Amino acid sequence: MLSIKNLHVAIGETEILKGLSLNVPAGEVHAVMGPNGAGKSTLSYTLAGRPGYEVTNGTATLDGEDLLALAPDARAAKGVFLSFQYPLEIPGVPAITFLRTAVNAQRKARGEPEMGAPEFLKTVRAAAAELKMDFDMLRRGLNVGFSGGEKKRMEILQMAMLAPRLLILDETDSGLDIDALRIVAEGVNAMRTPQRSMLVITHYQRLLDYITPDRVHVLAGGRIVASGDADLARQLEREGYDRIVAEAA
Amino acid sequence: MNAPVKLDLRDVSTFPTRRDEAWRYSDFRRAAPANIEVATPMEAPPPGGPFAAIAGDELALANGYTAEGQGHAVLVLESGVQRLRFVTEAPSGGWQAKVVVRVMAGARVTLLETYEGQGAAYVANARLSFWLEPGASLERIVLLVEPADAVSVSAAEVTLATDASFSQTVIATGAKLQRHETTVFHPGQGANLRMDGVYLLGDTRHADLTTVVSHAGPDGKTNQLTKGLATDSARAVFQGRIVVERGADQTDARMRHDALLLSDRAEIDAKPELQINADDVSCAHGNTVGALDAMALFYIQSRGVPDAQAKTLLTQAFVGEVLERIEHEGAREIVQAFVSERLEGLM
Repeated sequence: MLSIKNLHVAIGETEILKGLSLNVPAGEVHAVMGPNGAGKSTLSYTLAGRPGYEVTNGTATLDGEDLLALAPDARAAKGVFLSFQYPLEIPGVPAITFLRTAVNAQRKARGEPEMGAPEFLKTVRAAAAELKMDFDMLRRGLNVGFSGGEKKRMEILQMAMLAPRLLILDETDSGLDIDALRIVAEGVNAMRTPQRSMLVITHYQRLLDYITPDRVHVLAGGRIVASGDADLARQLEREGYDRIVAEAA
Repeated sequence: MNAPVKLDLRDVSTFPTRRDEAWRYSDFRRAAPANIEVATPMEAPPPGGPFAAIAGDELALANGYTAEGQGHAVLVLESGVQRLRFVTEAPSGGWQAKVVVRVMAGARVTLLETYEGQGAAYVANARLSFWLEPGASLERIVLLVEPADAVSVSAAEVTLATDASFSQTVIATGAKLQRHETTVFHPGQGANLRMDGVYLLGDTRHADLTTVVSHAGPDGKTNQLTKGLATDSARAVFQGRIVVERGADQTDARMRHDALLLSDRAEIDAKPELQINADDVSCAHGNTVGALDAMALFYIQSRGVPDAQAKTLLTQAFVGEVLERIEHEGAREIVQAFVSERLEGLM
C-alpha cells in the first residue's frame, strides 16, 4: 500500500524530513506521533503535494505508483485524502457545490461517469445524517462560520463521499471537545476496511483511545525513531517524548 | 481638473490622451486610428442577443444605426424589461450613437444593455443619458463582449429625481481599449444608487470602469462594489469618484474595489476618490489588490480538483459577491453563467 523510503524534504533552505521510511499495508491504521517540530505536518503535506515542500531524496509510492511525481489533484484521484488540521474556509463556494465538484473531478480523472445530481444529493444527505450534520449547513460557503467540530465533521463527510484508499489525518483531534471527537472518530472507524489504509498523525494519545492503531511510530528530528504496537502510544503518554527520543539518538 | 472630453470620432482633436486627467490610464488617442472610417450601415440583427431568454422589448443599433437608419434613439419606459443592444459587425470603421432613456414616474424597469462586437478593429462611441422621474426605479445590466482589437467607449449620464432608484451592474471583458463611464447626478432626498462592476481580463485586453457620483442634496445613498481580475498582460482600470456637495448632509456613500492580480505582467490601476464638502456624512471607501489564496487553492486541489478548475471556483466565488446583487433573477442567472464560462477560458 503506502511505502515511504528514505524521504528527505526541505522547505526553502531548511531540511525538515531527514530520511523517513514507513510502510502502511492495506487495511492497517498506523499512527505517527511526535513532539512539536518533528516534521509531522511536513509529512502529511508532502504526501498530499503541497507546493513549496521540496523532496530532495527518497520515494513515496501508493501500490507501487510514484506519488511524488503527481499534482495534488492527481494524487487525490489515485485515492490520497488529507484531512487538514485547519480546514480552509472558502467563502462563496457552497459546501455542496465543492463536494460535487470534487467527486466528479475525481471520477472524470479515473475515466468513470460523473455522478448525476439526484444520486449525488441522495448520497450526501445520507452521509451527512450519519455524521449528525445539518444538511442546510452544506448550502453555506465551505467551512465559513463553522465551529472547529463542524469543520472536522465536514472533513469526514468529504472523506465519506470521496472514499479514498489512503487516509491521512493530520491532528484531527485538535480543537475538538470530547463529543465532537467521538463523532469524528466514529466516522473514521466506519471507514476502516481491509482495502483502506490510514495514517493518523497526532501529538497526543487521546485520539488513539478512539481510533485504535495497528502500529505506532515515533517521528522525531525528521525520521522515525521508534515503532511498536498500540502500547507504545500509552507509554509515550506516560513518559513523554524525551526519553524515547533520547534512547533512539 | 480638465473639462470632460466630448469625444467625437470625426474630430481627432477631441480624442483624449493620458494628459487628460480622467483618461490617465486609458490613452484613447494611442489606441484609436487617427482617421476613422465611418462604418457602413448593416442589416438589422435578428432579435435576441445574450439576454434573448428574457421576454421584453428590444431596441437594437447595428453599427450605430437603428432599424430606421438613425444614429440616435429615445426610449420612454413604463414598467417592464427592455433590451438595448449595440451590435457591431463592421470589418473595421467606427460609429457613434446616442440613446436617451426616460423612466416614467413610479415605473420599475430592467434594462439589459449589451455590446456585441462581432467585427474586428472597430471604434465605437456610445453615449447614453438616463432620466429617472420621481419614484422611478431602473436596474441597468451591461454586458460588454467585444473583440480583442476593438476600441470602445460607452459613456452614460444619469439624472435621478427624488425617490428614484438606479442600480447598475457592468460586466466588462475588455478590448484593445474598452471604457465604460457612468456619471450620476444624485439629488439625495430618498434617491438610491447602487453601482457595481465586474471585470474579467486576459491576454492584452484593457478595460476601464470609471464612475463619478455627485451628491447634491441631503439624505442620499450610494453603494458601489466593483470586483475584477487581470491575468496574462491585461490591464484593468477602476476610477471611482464620489463628490458630496455642500448641503448634501446625511449622505451615506460606500465604495469598494477588490481585485485579483493573477500574473506578473498584468496591471490594475485603481483610483478611488471621495470629495466631501458637507457635514455629518457617512462615507467610506476601500480598495484591495491581491492574489488567489495559495492555501485555499491547495486545499481544493487536494480534493481532486485540477488547478484550472480550482482557480475557476475561487475566482467565481470572488466576483460572485457582485453578481448576487443583481435583482432580476433571470438576468442574474444568465450573467452568472456567462461569467463562469469566461473564467473557465481565462484560468
